Amino acid sequence: MAKPYYDASDLRKFGKITEWSEELGNKFFDYYGKVFEEGALTAREKSLIALAVAHTEQCPYCIDAYTKDGLERGITKEQMMEAIHVGAAIKSGATLVHGVQMMNKVNKLEM
Amino acid sequence: MATKSLLARNNDLANTARQMEILSSGIFADGELPTFANKLKETHQFPLQPKKLEILQINLGYMCNQVCAHCHVDAGPDRKEIMTLETMQQCLEVIKNTGAHTLDLTGGAPEMNPNFKEFVEAAAKAGIKDFIVRSNLTIIRANKKYYELPKFFKKHNIHVVSSMPHWTRGKTDKQRGDGVFDKSIKALQMLNEVGYGREGSDLKLDLVYNPSGAFLPGDQMALENDFKKALKTDFNIDFHNLFAITNLPISRFLDYLIASENYEDYMFSLVDAYNPTAVANVMCTNTISVSWDGYLYDCDFNQMLNLKVGSKVQHIGDYNEALLQDRNIIINQHCYGCTAGAGSSCQGVVA
Repeated sequence: MAKPYYDASDLRKFGKITEWSEELGNKFFDYYGKVFEEGALTAREKSLIALAVAHTEQCPYCIDAYTKDGLERGITKEQMMEAIHVGAAIKSGATLVHGVQMMNKVNKLEM
Repeated sequence: MATKSLLARNNDLANTARQMEILSSGIFADGELPTFANKLKETHQFPLQPKKLEILQINLGYMCNQVCAHCHVDAGPDRKEIMTLETMQQCLEVIKNTGAHTLDLTGGAPEMNPNFKEFVEAAAKAGIKDFIVRSNLTIIRANKKYYELPKFFKKHNIHVVSSMPHWTRGKTDKQRGDGVFDKSIKALQMLNEVGYGREGSDLKLDLVYNPSGAFLPGDQMALENDFKKALKTDFNIDFHNLFAITNLPISRFLDYLIASENYEDYMFSLVDAYNPTAVANVMCTNTISVSWDGYLYDCDFNQMLNLKVGSKVQHIGDYNEALLQDRNIIINQHCYGCTAGAGSSCQGVVA
């Protein structure tokens, strides 16, 4: 059987990236940890944003991580799905808003 | 959802030796994860020994009106293990002389023991000031004879600690059974009516939150705020504190973890979240657990795994506090459940 590109257990090894570039790796994880602390936004709000972005980025590790994180915070599945729709709406909006560029181009080129 | 205990279903895991075998094999046998003993050794906390005894936790029986999916007791209506009057008498003798200040009554549903009220009254006479009853709430609504429980609790100033996995009906009923949420809400309102849980009230009402699945509890304070906001807005319910308790990988929860193929990931989560600071305050260091038949354990979880205290004294009938305090606490891989993150105990986080 061919090995898959993604392996769920690799998520646990994420921290190992510091082994091949310690300073940058540590700086990243410090930054990452800081970002998700309670701030002007609650940790709960940040978790939902992360879940939505995890989907638009289509990162399977992030989806696993932030689904679990949401459950741990008592976030309901309905709230999680709504958050994903926010991401999906921006994704589809971002596609469709380029339709204006297409329309502009058609209008310019057509007699 | 199952309506019978593992024992009644003749499930393999009703056998405690089988559970111990699972917890000691696989990822722990091949060294992928360190055993709990080795983890304690890393931080020079092995062997684990008791500190001052504060809480005597007595299990009045495994019978319960609910069959919760995560129950570490494997409790249910089909469980017939109930503490007898004779064993209660032995407990009362100990209560008269113990250095412990708190009597923590649990089960099953402790209220279903036919001598529950008499036992509480006798223990009060014997000098116990701090009572905890771990009530599943629905028992208060299960039968007319239990409707007066809130008043009985109040009369003896019993600290009521009740399970509530979520502030929504769906998540609660999925873990605890259909209709449990509505009955629990009604029971909480009855407790509030007699004065429990109100701000500034001496009648303490705390809730216990267990995750409803293969994940760890989030921040206890944040969860408490969410519970308070939702229960107040939706049902005008007040309570004092929320205890976030981690599910330990034993009994029905272990069965669930294995059946849902979450066992290994869950154990990795527990080990990754190991917190040596929590070790210093785990509940086995200040609690003795007494089973329905009078045997002594380091905690309720060890009781369910049939791991009796490592002491010459193993039964309430032979109780000797000084001798008992001089023991090593029996540990195994399930103990990772009490040391993950902010730690977990019957009183919530410990670190």
